[in-house]
Amino acid sequence: MTTLTKTGPAGAAPMVRVRGLHKSFGRLEVLRGVDLDVPAGSVTVVLGPSGSGKSTLLRAINHLEKLDRGHVAIDGELIGYRRAGDRLYELKEREVLRQRTGIGFVFQNFNLFPHLTVLENLVEAPVAALRRPRAEARATALALLERVGLADKAAAYPRQLSGGQQQRVAIARALALEPKVLLFDEPTSALDPELVGEVLDVIKDLARSGTTMIVVTHEIGFAREVADTVVFMDGGVVVEQGPPAEVLDRPRQERTRAFLAKVL
Amino acid sequence: MTLTTDTAAARPRPAAAADHDHGHDLDLDELAGLRTVPARHPWRWAAGIAALVVLAQFAHGLATNPGWDWATFRVYFTADTILQAIGRTLELTAYGTVLGFLLGAGVAAMRLSRSAVLRSIAWAYVWVFRSIPLIVQLVFWFNLSYLYKRFGFGIPFGPTFGDFETVGVLGALGAAVLGLGLHQAAFAAEIIRGGIIAVDAGQREAAAALGIPRWRQARRIVLPQAMRGILPAAANEVISLLKGTSVVYVMAIGELFYQTQVIYGRTGRVVPLLMVATVWYVVLTTVLSIGQYYVERHFARGAQRTPPPTPLQRVRAFVHSLPDRTRPAARTSGGQS
Repeated sequence: MTTLTKTGPAGAAPMVRVRGLHKSFGRLEVLRGVDLDVPAGSVTVVLGPSGSGKSTLLRAINHLEKLDRGHVAIDGELIGYRRAGDRLYELKEREVLRQRTGIGFVFQNFNLFPHLTVLENLVEAPVAALRRPRAEARATALALLERVGLADKAAAYPRQLSGGQQQRVAIARALALEPKVLLFDEPTSALDPELVGEVLDVIKDLARSGTTMIVVTHEIGFAREVADTVVFMDGGVVVEQGPPAEVLDRPRQERTRAFLAKVL
Repeated sequence: MTLTTDTAAARPRPAAAADHDHGHDLDLDELAGLRTVPARHPWRWAAGIAALVVLAQFAHGLATNPGWDWATFRVYFTADTILQAIGRTLELTAYGTVLGFLLGAGVAAMRLSRSAVLRSIAWAYVWVFRSIPLIVQLVFWFNLSYLYKRFGFGIPFGPTFGDFETVGVLGALGAAVLGLGLHQAAFAAEIIRGGIIAVDAGQREAAAALGIPRWRQARRIVLPQAMRGILPAAANEVISLLKGTSVVYVMAIGELFYQTQVIYGRTGRVVPLLMVATVWYVVLTTVLSIGQYYVERHFARGAQRTPPPTPLQRVRAFVHSLPDRTRPAARTSGGQS
């Protein structure tokens, strides 16, 4: 299955390119020069101890976090800046918001809008950000709910759903914009153990359909099964990356080995 | 009657408890057939009765003390002058609320803005207008024409296109509305800001990640959730403004309190006319409180798994349940006697 979604056409530019990311919060350096290439249609799983900069990397890719240094490009488009001659101009918030419609983001805590029904959660962004007609957005939303197995919950409010159901709605909400890439920030960390499976199943299904994804997670089993590339981060840098069989089973770096020994 | 049978049933228990309720002998299956006797609270009853007695005494005084003069109260309660004065009070409240909350929303937005200049100005506004007592401010606005005889529109520091006599534009009513509105805006701004910052940061982040435009993020995602925090405090403000309009009597505007003063100044019947004002203020506040309940309910969408019923629904459910309630009760008492 995973071999089908490998790298895409040979020689094609990667969907996501990250170069030399640096980010500090006060005196704490969270990212210290991160480089990453994610081929179109591939699944990249980012592992690492907490505080290693995984989430910040993800948030930097869709510019929720402004960078101190470094650049991110998605599908050949620079994120957050515009180049004119030999200068980079910071984009206005409006333009950044437009760029984000191409980048789906799934949060650890779902962040569904509690005062809107499930359907309204899915319809809001396509109508507000992409100016889709409401009827069309509703039809797409219902199809997406069908896909995550929650067609019967369209009229429910998020708090009436279980954590696993809420996260599946959040995934459908991100998909409603038909993004070029999907970013998952620990999508199962806030869930009860018995609800993790249903969310991972939805993500696996997306992986099979060739969606480009970057998934920050602690689920090693999921990484082994679904990832094309596993990236191990620690201390704000990428320590090691490669196919899961290499990074997870024959890690070259001592730090990777130490981490895996603790979580496996 | 049921009380005596209860105690009779309960009395043998302490003796039995020593045998059955203890250790490994406790047979839970055996308990299934036993009757449960609720705990008794004699002191709760005593305190309740004492409070009722005091209240009854007060009510008796209200009815019998001739000083209250209910006949005069009845005459003036629905008198035309009083009703007109209520209209004026409501007018002041409405204008003050609208001006106060519009301006307050603006000031709150400025305080949350990314521009340091706007933030500072908004902070200073709140600082100044929270510091000045309402009554001082009202008198100040009333005497504005001493400071500025004429009021003009034009280019700042440049030529003016037209101007007005300050006294003409800003009459007593205008000065009152301005004073109430500006005063209210400072408090409204803080209430609105408080509601907005209480909304989980993840909500704004999710909206931003979905590319929803900033204005729409505020209107569709943040504000409806902020309203839950804003409304109780805002209702407090509207109610205190309603009563605060009585301060406007210093400007001789014919609102409720001023009008009752005029009447008791003429007739000398102070207490019944104060009661006229009091009861009307209570009535108006009650109407506002009921309104508050329904507005809050509207903004509670999705906040609870199952929304609580409205009082009306509760009453209806109670009425429907009445035949069910009386029937088993009748059966048990019949069975015991």
